[in-house]
Amino acid sequence: MAAISREEVAHLARLSRLAVTEEELDTFAGQLDVILQSVAQVGEVAAADIPPTSHSVPLTNVLREDVVRPGLTPQEALSGAPDAEEQRFRVPRILDEDVAS
Amino acid sequence: MSDLTKLSAVEIAGLVASGETSAVEVTQAHLDRIGAVDDRVHAFLHVDTEGALAAARAVDERRAAGDELGPLAGVPVAVKDVLTTKGVPTTVGSKILEGWRPPYDSTIVERLRAAGTVMLGKTNMDEFAMGSSTEYSAYGPTRNPWDTDRIPGGSGGGSAAALAAYEAPLSIGSDTGGSIRQPGAVTGTVGAKPTYGGTSRYGLVAFSSSLDTPGPCARTVLDAALLHEVIGGHDPRDSTSIPAPVPDVVAAARLGATGDLTGVKLGMVTEFIGEGAEPGVMAAFRDAAEALAKLGAEIVEVSCPHFKYALPAYYLIAPSECSSNLARFDGVRFGLRVGDDGNRSLEEVMSLTREAGFGPEVKRRIMIGTYALSSGYYDAYYGQAQKVRTLITRDFTSAFEQVDALISPTTPFVAFPLGSRTADPYQMYLADLFTIPTNLYGGPAISVPCGLSDGLPVGFQIMAPTMADDRMYRIAAALESAVGTLTPPTI
Repeated sequence: MAAISREEVAHLARLSRLAVTEEELDTFAGQLDVILQSVAQVGEVAAADIPPTSHSVPLTNVLREDVVRPGLTPQEALSGAPDAEEQRFRVPRILDEDVAS
Repeated sequence: MSDLTKLSAVEIAGLVASGETSAVEVTQAHLDRIGAVDDRVHAFLHVDTEGALAAARAVDERRAAGDELGPLAGVPVAVKDVLTTKGVPTTVGSKILEGWRPPYDSTIVERLRAAGTVMLGKTNMDEFAMGSSTEYSAYGPTRNPWDTDRIPGGSGGGSAAALAAYEAPLSIGSDTGGSIRQPGAVTGTVGAKPTYGGTSRYGLVAFSSSLDTPGPCARTVLDAALLHEVIGGHDPRDSTSIPAPVPDVVAAARLGATGDLTGVKLGMVTEFIGEGAEPGVMAAFRDAAEALAKLGAEIVEVSCPHFKYALPAYYLIAPSECSSNLARFDGVRFGLRVGDDGNRSLEEVMSLTREAGFGPEVKRRIMIGTYALSSGYYDAYYGQAQKVRTLITRDFTSAFEQVDALISPTTPFVAFPLGSRTADPYQMYLADLFTIPTNLYGGPAISVPCGLSDGLPVGFQIMAPTMADDRMYRIAAALESAVGTLTPPTI
């Protein structure tokens, strides 16, 4: 049985903000199925009582002194932006027009 | 080929310091070499001719003024395109960052500049460091100088091929699941993954933050150690940077080169010396292990029963972290923006941008990670993988109570032909079978050339306990003293 359906892959693509094509969906559905069936092997390990490891370095709450340091100028920070205006990143509309008006 | 390109970093630094040659001459020789061969190798995505010559002139001026030069001053270095370089294009092998010139240097690059090394340019890589062959680069594959119809490994294939093609004596890679060591193995060069947190991730474009580790690549163990010393050490700008001095890897490499391993106990990983590797790879590995025994090392077998689950655990953990990290590529602050026609919403533009900017492997991993983190699947996939990570760490801890270091082949197979594994993504993942456990544990590991199989290089992997990077270099240098370095065929 397949681990994942074409419809589920389409849903994942939407969640991932990827406007995939129909052809890609066909390819990815098969490939993701193979990958997920393989990685599901982790389920063979009896690990109910084992604590999870998220990170190999046991450091917590690393903070620095709260002092002003040199940073990027607005011009530098915006230098790679696809679109900028008035020292800000310019983005496409976020709200529908009737909501925004 | 100019003789200067055949020298080790140590030799080049010596000639520059003594004034027998200038940093400009050395740099020009390497730029000429790149010009002569890189159309066939494609190790570089960007060559910074002007920047390199300016840096070299600065070294020559400092020498003329009587300033003391560091141990790698005037030595050219190639940098994987995953590290930000101020004003120099940084693409991560992806179309989504095509043309981006970062406004700041990564810590690694900052330290390279401060040490007087000369950055030649940025090297090719699998997109976002996801891959084992550089075939997933959006700018075309790098070719293996040993056989240009074969892969140079990945993701850092460009950094490894640049060494084997004598385009650079040193390079920088990053290792999330083997991306320094596996390219080193298949190109007959040395690649070291430092202890996680031993080298700074500041300015390293993030793939899987709990695993990503920048590190040195070179043609000799001592050169790698010198580069390690320059780039390593605590960085307050990286919250997972270890606040401790760099282990004395250079002294350890020099000690190892004397060829005495009396009192050192090495463990061959039982699970990695069975059927997993090609016969030719196993033969070269066993010969090298025997050579280490002749140097006085005691060699035993050590079982690490959970290592076989490292690959599936990694291919859940790394995609999960990537699906979160790569959310920043949204067409707003840097890089590509597609479909912004004044009518489409932010979300539509974002989805079109990511669709056009990411290649298939990156999309697959983002979707796998999104799946593994979804409610309903989290416990069975991501949560379970994190528990397996604990068990793999325990396997290492228990092994290091018995032996000083673990050894295995670096990769199950030698360099494979271009195009032979791209149709089945999981086949590509298998290239990392032996390198991944170390990333999940966090310790250091190195690949050293140990011989040939059918005329292609085989890598020998040494895995050491966390922060015992020096021990790893000692054993690596001893192995090198016994088996020698490999000389790639002339291109």
